Amino acid sequence: MISIEMLVASAISVLTAAGIYLCLRGRTFPVVLGLAMLSYAINVFLFAMGRLVVDQPPIYEKGVTDYTDPLPQALVLTAIVIAFGMTALVVVLSLRSFLETGSDQVDGKSDSETDERLP
Amino acid sequence: MNALIVAPLLLPAIMAAASLLFMRRHRWVGAGISIIGVIGLTALALYLLVTASSGEISVYALGNWTAPFGIVLVLDRLSALMLLLTALLALAVVCHAVLTGLDRKGWHFHPLFQFQLLGINGAFLTGDLFNLFVFFEVLLIASYGLMLHGQGAERLKAGVQYVIVNLIGSTLFLFAVGILYGITGTLNMADMAARIPALPASDQGLLRAGTHLLIIVFALKAALLPLQLWLPRTYAGTAPPAAALFAIMTKVGAYAIIRTVTLIFGENAGAASWAPEVWMMPAALGTMVIGFAGLLAARTLRDLAAFGLLGSTATLLVAIAAFEPTALAAGLYYLLHTTLAAALLFLVVDLIKRRRGRYGDTIAPSPRFAGIEALSLLYLLAAVAMAGLPPLSGFIGKLLILQATMSHVWATWIWAIILGTTLLGILGLARAGSAIFWKSAAHPDNPVEGARGTESDGQLTEALPAAGLLALLAALTIWAGPVTRYTEATAQQLFAPAGYIEAVLRPATGG
Repeated sequence: MISIEMLVASAISVLTAAGIYLCLRGRTFPVVLGLAMLSYAINVFLFAMGRLVVDQPPIYEKGVTDYTDPLPQALVLTAIVIAFGMTALVVVLSLRSFLETGSDQVDGKSDSETDERLP
Repeated sequence: MNALIVAPLLLPAIMAAASLLFMRRHRWVGAGISIIGVIGLTALALYLLVTASSGEISVYALGNWTAPFGIVLVLDRLSALMLLLTALLALAVVCHAVLTGLDRKGWHFHPLFQFQLLGINGAFLTGDLFNLFVFFEVLLIASYGLMLHGQGAERLKAGVQYVIVNLIGSTLFLFAVGILYGITGTLNMADMAARIPALPASDQGLLRAGTHLLIIVFALKAALLPLQLWLPRTYAGTAPPAAALFAIMTKVGAYAIIRTVTLIFGENAGAASWAPEVWMMPAALGTMVIGFAGLLAARTLRDLAAFGLLGSTATLLVAIAAFEPTALAAGLYYLLHTTLAAALLFLVVDLIKRRRGRYGDTIAPSPRFAGIEALSLLYLLAAVAMAGLPPLSGFIGKLLILQATMSHVWATWIWAIILGTTLLGILGLARAGSAIFWKSAAHPDNPVEGARGTESDGQLTEALPAAGLLALLAALTIWAGPVTRYTEATAQQLFAPAGYIEAVLRPATGG
């Protein structure tokens, strides 16, 4: 009933949903977390796209006929590196933007401006 | 001579490192290296264009790993054309940046500029979907740096949004690539094109989803309707010369749409066959309306140029969205025009902005400023180019697009909107021009206080890169015949993807 595919797929969907929700928030910190969630989701997703195989060598081993797909692993590695760098960049950028504008709203409005609209 | 295909990637990479090393001690050496690099790139691109114009598709396998296994760089007519366009644009922009001293406002202008070129060239050359993602990232990372170059609160605000939007775009790109890899088992575009027709019926839904997702990512880069919101703010928020270089970035999105749809998702692609056709045309038409209406609403010249870029890129996307050889040929001609025209407008805006002191680039009357006569003429020509009026090439481009879409299902809408938005464009550009140049002429004895360049140093030389772009536009008009012949041949080549697939996969099967 509960297969590993089911578990992995649910994990990806939960991560993605959380990522999308956080990305839609108004302040930069939740958005950064959302981007991180999305990048975790995509890493697992890419990995799963080579199909889930248990206990198989990726490239070559004597006497083994079934292999796991090595390519997604390489892709995930690249994606991780890029996502990591990008997360660092967006953190620094948000911080810098907060220090320069005095607001951590993604749309750059100051806090007093947005507070006025609240009931 | 196939090895030269990799040179447009190596040259900027080496130049970036070299200018980074020398910039610290001798600024001019760094700038010189950068300019020499771009000149070299132009020469290379010309050579590659001549090679590709014979119709031959050359392939370079990186590390000599043959096609479906290794990463290949592919040079065909379209890539060669885009490379040359990038190099010429970059030459004008880098000269402008050096002449106006923009590169001295921060430390890393030239290295970032070169890395940006590396990313753009890579995106045009690669024959591998994941590699395309990597080059997109390279060009985006460099563009984040360039976008923020010079800094300031306004720029940082726009920068945060730009970075976040593009990061989400990259995530979607990976999802799309993942889906397509999951069902086809390959990332090589030619191999994918060859495998998609053989997909079982059970995979068709996934294929369609992956295709749409992929094209949506490219549409985000090309700023298509619901995804265009990031563009005006980003481009208006950055330094105009950087925005002038970014004029090519929306075209990278357009290029990726052309490449993937004609090659992979063409006639034989089952459920994904011409998938974006359904929504791309209305989206492009809507973007045109928003772009040119934005020209009327713009409060600064940078807004004006950004909305002009948005609108004219959308015109190009209309031609692409017809997915038909004549329209694509017309679109490619217009692509050359719109890139150069938008960049020209941004450079002219920068020249005006620098001379108006505290008035900056607001569209409001100001006292006379130095060089107003020459600049008003330049602005007029740039506006003519942007609106698509005769005698410059925008007119020919729009005419070709109108002609090619005459029998399209949406023909009435296309005609009405292209002609209507042209009128809007003329109104918006004329309004800005009259506010700045005519009304300002009413205060003849009041030169702008504190404006730079009131002394005549470097006045004419600063405008040289803009004049160069103008000369390119004029050349594009005069030699419209040869250029359209080339774009027609390009469109024919694109709509016969068998040649591309054969060229990429041949070493694997034949040799």
